[in-house]
Amino acid sequence: MLNSSLQQIGSALRARKISSVELTQLYLDRIAALNPALNAYITTDAEASLAQARQADAVLADGNALPLTGIPIAQKDIFCAKGWRTTCGSKMLENFIAPYDAHVIARFNEAGAVNLGKTNMDEFAMGSSNETSHFGAVKNPWLHNAVPGGSSGGAACAVAARLCAAATGTDTGGSIRQPSALCGISGIKPSYGTVSRYGMIAFASSLDQAGPMARSAEDLALLLNVMTGFDPRDSTSLQRDKEDYTRDLDKPLAGLRIGLPKEFFAEGLAQDVAACVHAALEEYKKLGATIVDISLPNSKLAVPVYYVLAPAEASSNLSRYDGVRYGYRAPEYADLTEMYEKSRAQGFGAEVKRRIMIGTYVLSHGYYDAYYLQAQKIRRLIAQDFDDAFRQCDVIIGPTSPSTAFTLGEKGDDPVQMYLSDIYTIAVNLAGLPGMSIPAGFGSNGLPVGLQIIGNYFGEARMLNVAHQYQLATDHHDRAPQDIGLQGI
Amino acid sequence: MSLTDTDVRKVARLARLAMTEAEIESSRMQLSGIFDLIAEMQAVDTSGISPMSHAQDVSQRLRQDEVTESDQRELFQSIAPQYKGSLQVEAGLYLVPKVIE
Repeated sequence: MLNSSLQQIGSALRARKISSVELTQLYLDRIAALNPALNAYITTDAEASLAQARQADAVLADGNALPLTGIPIAQKDIFCAKGWRTTCGSKMLENFIAPYDAHVIARFNEAGAVNLGKTNMDEFAMGSSNETSHFGAVKNPWLHNAVPGGSSGGAACAVAARLCAAATGTDTGGSIRQPSALCGISGIKPSYGTVSRYGMIAFASSLDQAGPMARSAEDLALLLNVMTGFDPRDSTSLQRDKEDYTRDLDKPLAGLRIGLPKEFFAEGLAQDVAACVHAALEEYKKLGATIVDISLPNSKLAVPVYYVLAPAEASSNLSRYDGVRYGYRAPEYADLTEMYEKSRAQGFGAEVKRRIMIGTYVLSHGYYDAYYLQAQKIRRLIAQDFDDAFRQCDVIIGPTSPSTAFTLGEKGDDPVQMYLSDIYTIAVNLAGLPGMSIPAGFGSNGLPVGLQIIGNYFGEARMLNVAHQYQLATDHHDRAPQDIGLQGI
Repeated sequence: MSLTDTDVRKVARLARLAMTEAEIESSRMQLSGIFDLIAEMQAVDTSGISPMSHAQDVSQRLRQDEVTESDQRELFQSIAPQYKGSLQVEAGLYLVPKVIE
């Protein structure tokens, strides 16, 4: 069951070959055994999960099951789930029990899925290694002294180590795609506005987008069917017709035009990653695709632009954590200002404070035009590059991350080096386009390599088709780490 | 670009972040490195380009001016911060240090 697709698990549940309670307990036992070493989950609540599983079993017994009824899903700890501790990886929210459900959580509840627990993440989703979590770093299940990527590192680790059937993540600058690449799983960030941000703790609101993380593109399609849809409670939620993201999975790829951006293969890309990407392109040619050379000339500016815009939005969003209504309050203070300053200084970690400082600076008097406005103008140039590129191709393919998973602590003292690990993913968020990462083999150190697929606006079904056909022809996505207790299963 | 300690102190105050002298020093060095990265933007000619504030250029949706929220004050205030062991709410209000004598 641990290596089965969601479709297969759903069939087994509906055929009553296994109950949701048994399946949930199987995962809870695995989490109890493996999580102390991996640290993928911040919070589990066996009673709450099993109660949902019992409800799912009742629905299954009545024959009213939906595709995900009874399937245990790990939720990133950025989504408020009523009655669950929701920390966002921060001491600021260490004791915050969410009083309501995020839209994404409500959709999974309506779909009959079981909430298996809340996954570890970089604090307020600010990080690319999961090392900024107040609850400790997550380990890469392929190599325990390597990072899992971030910010959705707990989710990626949990999927790769078979500690859940599938998971949710969020992606502001690569936080679904980069950990998916580093942990050897599949993940998709849909077009901005397709998944409601209601109840998803805000980092940079014009960039934040939730999406699923799983073991295959086929699973991602089923999960997207649940997660997407209009929600009036998110002012940027788009009013579009409901899509079936599985509809194009089985289409042949003959005639597909793949754009290859030369900027993604320049200096800085590790040889072993480049080799896997080129091998994947050869596979696509066999499947009938043609390769078109394209250019995204402004993509090199994506990192600097992002580190103006995202901190600016974050400094505004995180001003709500003032110790007054919820969250951490300092134990000692003399007056109101000191209460604010101490609560925030003690409740936030170093990286979050750093980004609040950057954001506050670029928005402060005298600097707004030089930084914030200039960044917004270049953001348009970056989006226009993609517009031009998609006149010549159907999808863009390249590496997700410049290297395989790096060593824990390796980039800890140098924020700029850490920021550059998202060099291929950030432009996609700035443009609001959908992007995904799928496993494309292994690097020279035996760690997974991710292939990034970027689609045009609302091109998710086509991207999933492109990913699924590759996964039918290859088996990289079926590989599992050693030492995760799969022997004899 | 190099920031001064005075710049860092000013930004920390605006952001309501208490900082020790040692933190100001390390923060100044790291922020200077990040602003060197950001400075790559300055050379780009953006005359005539309109700023892009959002991924989708759609106008803000309006709704009917009707009450849609139910009163959940007690639930929301049940998670208020504590001070010396007591929940900082009273009579439906949040308690903070006195600001007016």
